[in-house]
Amino acid sequence: MADENQAGEVAPVAPPTPHEVLAASVAGLPGVISTAIENGEVVVRAHRDSVPALMTALRDHEDCAFEQLMDICGVDWPQRVERFDVVYNLLSVSLNQRIRVIVTTDESAPVPSVHTIWPVATWWEREAWDLYGIVFSGQPDLRRILTDYGFEGHPLRKDFPLTGYVEVRYDPERGQVVYEPVRLTQDFRNFDFLSPWEAMTTLPGDEKVPPRKQGGAP
Amino acid sequence: MSLSTTTEEPAEGGKRTVEIDSHAINFGPQHPAAHGVLRLILEMDGEVVERADPHIGLLHRGTEKLIEYKSYIQAMPYFDRLDYVSPMSQEHAFALATEKLLGIEAPERAKWIRTLFSEITRILNHLLNLTTYALDVGAITPALWGFEEREKLMEFYEAASGARLHANYFRTGGVAKDLPAGLEERIGEWLEGFPKFIDDLEGLLTGNRIWKQRTVDIGVMSPENALAWGFSGPCLRASGVPWDLRRSQPYEMYDQLDFMVPVGRNGDCYDRYLVRVAEMRESAKIVRQCLDRMKPGPVKVADNKITPPSRAEMKRSMEALIHHFKLFTEGFHVPAGATYTAVESPKGEFGVYLVADGTNRPYRCKIRPTGFAHLQATEFLSKRHMLADAVAIIGSLDIVFGEIDR
Repeated sequence: MADENQAGEVAPVAPPTPHEVLAASVAGLPGVISTAIENGEVVVRAHRDSVPALMTALRDHEDCAFEQLMDICGVDWPQRVERFDVVYNLLSVSLNQRIRVIVTTDESAPVPSVHTIWPVATWWEREAWDLYGIVFSGQPDLRRILTDYGFEGHPLRKDFPLTGYVEVRYDPERGQVVYEPVRLTQDFRNFDFLSPWEAMTTLPGDEKVPPRKQGGAP
Repeated sequence: MSLSTTTEEPAEGGKRTVEIDSHAINFGPQHPAAHGVLRLILEMDGEVVERADPHIGLLHRGTEKLIEYKSYIQAMPYFDRLDYVSPMSQEHAFALATEKLLGIEAPERAKWIRTLFSEITRILNHLLNLTTYALDVGAITPALWGFEEREKLMEFYEAASGARLHANYFRTGGVAKDLPAGLEERIGEWLEGFPKFIDDLEGLLTGNRIWKQRTVDIGVMSPENALAWGFSGPCLRASGVPWDLRRSQPYEMYDQLDFMVPVGRNGDCYDRYLVRVAEMRESAKIVRQCLDRMKPGPVKVADNKITPPSRAEMKRSMEALIHHFKLFTEGFHVPAGATYTAVESPKGEFGVYLVADGTNRPYRCKIRPTGFAHLQATEFLSKRHMLADAVAIIGSLDIVFGEIDR
């Protein structure tokens, strides 16, 4: 490359792909932290407080024109300080492009609602609230949606057990449906498939071996 | 809120005032026109719907949570059980998402088979939706005819996968097994008579005066509103937005196929019906092209770390046996990454947002159900309509609770 520049000949630069064009035009929008192309998809990380301004810009900017909000979902990373990702998947029908906007939050910090920008957001936000406990400010209808009436907890959090806390059955003696704590007839089995050959960095008994001798050639 | 009307007939001499209070009625969850377990709280002003509040989640089985505890191979059958009317389309989205993260591509014959069965699934889905929709509105015959035709299609499902509904046929890296001998000819024979069946079905409904009275200009969705409310698939196209993922973001073999995307004009219940009928005709054309262009070949990638070895090989080769054992206990590890992959399922855009963390289990598998967005618009669509029109609107949106509740 350097030699070519010195010779004064510019190598033919491949025209930017539509993804790159989109990522470049999004980079200047309010609240954007970073843009990236991952697995052929444009991913934007943003500050949660600027979500309404960013989303309005994404919808109305002529290079973006994301008319449709296809999905809002939460992802839980319990080891992080702000444990939740809120992921917005947008689709532009007129320009045939997709974008993913990711903001982070925790159990208490609210994310501004986008239901005034896309009315479809109401149910997606209700779902994220129900399953993860992510709070959306400005959302007038933040009821539970998928879980039972009177359900407690947020089931898709990583610290919520797969079996849940209560089970439901019909009690013929009392003539009504009763909630009881879950009783498992056998322990819940959760196998760890990480092979010690691939994943363990310190093998049992090898603790005293200096790290530089571990994992190297024999 | 109350409405008082004054009747002119003198009852016992003078004017009579009748007080009609607005009242809430509970539509479902055990209502035959609720398409499963929809509980709709309707606030009525006499016979007119003022407010409709769908309560969903009565079929919530925690699919997304369960998938986080299963290997990628074990997660696949859950997708059949989402939208149980179009099982293979759901599998397709998950198979494509894992393939994208793994960086593999199914061999050509597998792609043809997937395209073929995606379209059979589309016909399967539309037959059920259109005929039960007609049933909700009062026509019984289409359901009787349509279910007979569905039965033939489910026999193809059974021949290919061994199950009529929960196929588990599309797998990461291809399909479970090749089509059995003679199935292509059987599908071809069925295809001969299918256009005639659609003609008969249309003869019952398309020009039917009662059908048109019940559906034309009912539940009108403008293109702008359809986009804002997250519509996709036939419901979006009925509103006049020419958008089909098979055409605009083609996957599998759709870029090589010749088909048309039917688009409606008015966005009412009648147009949603017409678009689906036209889609069935197009699907039949695609099935024909797939049958003509399919060539023998492998149906899954050769990498035995991802797809199981053949049964015969396992009986002789130690390595194949180990591969088989490792695959069905541990499964395959998917490199860390995330993808949102969508397919044009019969109902619209069915997406999977898959987050992998490098282990053999998905870290997060968000399922983007199609009907979720459509059902949310029920209130918008049925406001100021009669109660019976709300039934027609729900029927025209093609709601299946398996996928909405997950």
